Amino acid sequence: MSTAERRQHSRQGRLGYWFVLPGFAFLALFFALPVLVMLATSLFAPVPGGGVGAFQPALEFSNYTEVLVLYWVPLLRSFAFALITTVAALLIGYPIAYLVAVRLRGHRLAQGLLLVLIIAPFFASFILRTQAWKIILSDDGLVVGALKALSLMPPGAHLTATAVAVVAGMTYNFLPFMTLPIFANLERLDARLIEAGSDLYASPWETFRKVTLPLSMPGVLAGTLLTFIPAAGDYINASLLGNNRNTTMIGQIIESRFFQAADYPQAAALAFVLMVAILILVMAYVRRFGTKELL
Amino acid sequence: MRRFDPTRWFVPVVGGLAFAYLLVPIVYIFVFSFNQAGKTNLTWRGFTLDNWRNPCGAPEVCHAFVNSLQIGLTSTVVATVLGTLIAIGLERYRFRFSGSANILVFLPMATPEVVFGAALLTQFLNLGVTLGKPTIILAHIAFCISFVVVTVRARVASLDPALDEAAADLYASGAQRFFKVTLPLLLPGILAAALLSFALSFDDFIITNFNSGAEITFPKFIYIAAARGIPPEANVIGSFMFLLAIAIVVVAQIVTYRKRERAQPGTGVQGRVGL
Repeated sequence: MSTAERRQHSRQGRLGYWFVLPGFAFLALFFALPVLVMLATSLFAPVPGGGVGAFQPALEFSNYTEVLVLYWVPLLRSFAFALITTVAALLIGYPIAYLVAVRLRGHRLAQGLLLVLIIAPFFASFILRTQAWKIILSDDGLVVGALKALSLMPPGAHLTATAVAVVAGMTYNFLPFMTLPIFANLERLDARLIEAGSDLYASPWETFRKVTLPLSMPGVLAGTLLTFIPAAGDYINASLLGNNRNTTMIGQIIESRFFQAADYPQAAALAFVLMVAILILVMAYVRRFGTKELL
Repeated sequence: MRRFDPTRWFVPVVGGLAFAYLLVPIVYIFVFSFNQAGKTNLTWRGFTLDNWRNPCGAPEVCHAFVNSLQIGLTSTVVATVLGTLIAIGLERYRFRFSGSANILVFLPMATPEVVFGAALLTQFLNLGVTLGKPTIILAHIAFCISFVVVTVRARVASLDPALDEAAADLYASGAQRFFKVTLPLLLPGILAAALLSFALSFDDFIITNFNSGAEITFPKFIYIAAARGIPPEANVIGSFMFLLAIAIVVVAQIVTYRKRERAQPGTGVQGRVGL
């Protein structure tokens, strides 16, 4: 490298800092710092003789043991629901992405229209859509009525206020987050590779299993992460479609510890446990299946 | 001899069912926006255009909607600018701390909203900040930036560096190259990122709920209204935004497709809004 080139390079390097500085300063102030403040708050202790919501700095590690003892069931349930949601969304989302990206390759108008239909529900408010499911699946709604008329459902059974409804609602809500990364990946896939598979006498299923699926793994990885992470922390589906007995998720508890109980340290401790648990799972998952293409 | 091929029928059938699953609630919302609803909008009482004629008929609904638009537009503009700069910086320049920089971009996306919202709220509470529209906007910018970075960065990575070098050979200054070469080429990616950012902000409930105080947004309005019945005017606004989103994306596709066709016939598909 010549001196001139090196000078050019280092000048560009310094210029680069100016590009990233404003954004990273913002993220430091409104993401990294809040997480640290939350970590500190999770160790606060109540002010002796103080009212509800009065806490002071301390090193109260028992906040963590207390919330774990009290709430390990909703915590594990959240991960179980998120896992089922992710698998269901993958089973539904992959065929959509494949249909639009591979089967309809070349049909630009159809591709464009279907892609819009995947994205546009975002704009019709997800709470409005979840509430719509609640009404559609309600005891006097069309679906339950039809199932009962066909004797496919016992008279006293419900669809809403069940774990199935919560998971189905989450699968519905996070489906675009699964579908879009897989679509983006399959769309870039070289069609000649699939042709090569059939030229070598592989059946379409073999070609899919041995060529398409492995090549689309970066998209699957991104989609599963973008589904699992918000699903594990979600509380809208559980509070709109669930009940108070066996569908309570950790997000609902963090929310109620904050707003109903004003117990900020315990809420912060619980939120921090959730964050760390997700990070550990995500890191293990990315290490096992991951590529550098994630970012 | 044809061998057994499950993908032939499986993909269209499952794909079709999945699209039905995606659209059933939308159809329901749209149909019930024409309902002669009383206080609640649970059963069909007859067709009317009144809700569409007067979408602000229900108390607070338009106030909440306008708030969400303001918050969505403001945070989208700021997040898109900050995120695009990060994307260019990270992709074009070498850094001593690029590893930690990547983590700082990835972490907000790996943080569930309830944690993100709770963390920001503890910070605002500890600082004694009054919650309201400004705190909502700050929160939305913070969680949208990473999504903008990821979307735009893919586009930066696919840019041919030779174009920038060609401009430099033609004596274009750094600023000229940035505004006349790099930025226009990145525009489809930036627009896609802005659209995504607006969708995330407009539809956000959890982070908003933590940091909004008494301020109301459209999702928050619906969540509160859900307890006693959502007015049909909310269905009108939801349907309108759905149709508007379709219109925007379709127009964007047609425009970029035509531009591409004019520049390089036959490659228009690459000009699609790259979500």
